[in-house]
Amino acid sequence: MKITMTVNGKSVSRDVAGNTLLVDYIRDHLRLTGTHVGCDTSQCGACVVHLDGKAMKSCTMLAASAEGASVTTVEGLATSKDDLHPMQIAFKENHGLQCGFCTPGMIMTATDMVARYQAAGKTLTEDDIRHELEGNICRCTGYHNIVKSISDGASKMTSA
Amino acid sequence: MYETNFHKVATAQEAAALLNTSEDGKILAGGQTLIPTMKQRLANPTDVIDLSGAADLSGITIAGDQITIGAMTPHAEVAGHAGLAALCPSICKLAANIGDPAVRHRGTIGGSLANNDPAADYPAAALALNARIHTTSREIAADDFFEGMFTTALEEDEIITAVSFTAPAKGGYGKFPNPASRYAMAGVFVAKSAEGSVRVAVTGASEDGVYRHDALEAALSTDWSASAVDGVEISSDGLLSDLHGNAEYRANLIKVMAKRALG
Repeated sequence: MKITMTVNGKSVSRDVAGNTLLVDYIRDHLRLTGTHVGCDTSQCGACVVHLDGKAMKSCTMLAASAEGASVTTVEGLATSKDDLHPMQIAFKENHGLQCGFCTPGMIMTATDMVARYQAAGKTLTEDDIRHELEGNICRCTGYHNIVKSISDGASKMTSA
Repeated sequence: MYETNFHKVATAQEAAALLNTSEDGKILAGGQTLIPTMKQRLANPTDVIDLSGAADLSGITIAGDQITIGAMTPHAEVAGHAGLAALCPSICKLAANIGDPAVRHRGTIGGSLANNDPAADYPAAALALNARIHTTSREIAADDFFEGMFTTALEEDEIITAVSFTAPAKGGYGKFPNPASRYAMAGVFVAKSAEGSVRVAVTGASEDGVYRHDALEAALSTDWSASAVDGVEISSDGLLSDLHGNAEYRANLIKVMAKRALG
């Protein structure tokens, strides 16, 4: 079946099987390999993308379900490598990663989290960040620098 | 994942018609259970009928003390709805603690109720709030809807369209989440209606799925307080024993969660 959606601002159409996962569509059909598959059981969050502005696990959705939707992957955050998103800069400056495998999902979860808290006029505390990261697993860092990065990224997003 | 025929529909009636004509069709709501199940090849539907395009199935409407939540309303919307929080904050709190933020953006109340996972949160709310489950063909009282683990009164080609209930005078939900899955090891929803009748529903703990707890209801009917729970004997008969905890442990959790629900 043919599906059409907007990915990182561009309209894309491809033929896919009905059982194609959104993450496989993004990685294998569109060759956007920034979105990762970590666990296959919906727990790790390495595959998080934004669907119509909301963080979702692309390994737990069919590509065909996203027909007509607007999808943002980690590749869609920066306009160029010299013009990173404030959250990407924060992860870089705060050593928010070691191996980097979980990072795309962490950053997509983080930008969604900050956007939601800012829209609701709520302050994002360290406790909030740790709670919000429930669906993202990192096996390297022990989370401390990720939490620091998100806190710093939130300030940078406010001032940006 | 096995091959399947994908259909996206605009209305629940269209989905019901497709269910009728497909060999072994499955409704896809938020898919936060169905997709992982299909990935593990534990489900092999010939047809997947996606309701995400059915706009009239999503949304929360409030008329006086009457609350109606569309079947496709995601958990995040229930958690963050200001009008609902003013009338029934306990269901907002419940929704805010299902899974993780990404799951809450996709998972739906209708999907949760139709699946009737024995450790899901929404069945406890629906049963304690004496909710009415609206479907493509009728309206079912929560007392008649849940028929045991992963089993409901829904017919093969019947689809939930909404759930409605009267705002309780008082309500609360206590949940002990499994640290890995976030599903309830025991979850207790307590509700007291404006007329004073008390209903207590327990999820996560029983071999037969969600159930009403008669002894807790009796105790809270005379004294709506956490201390009233102290005197209640919680039987471990029929409770789950698995690698996460045995029946006696879950019986104790029910007591503790009931007190937290009231606290």
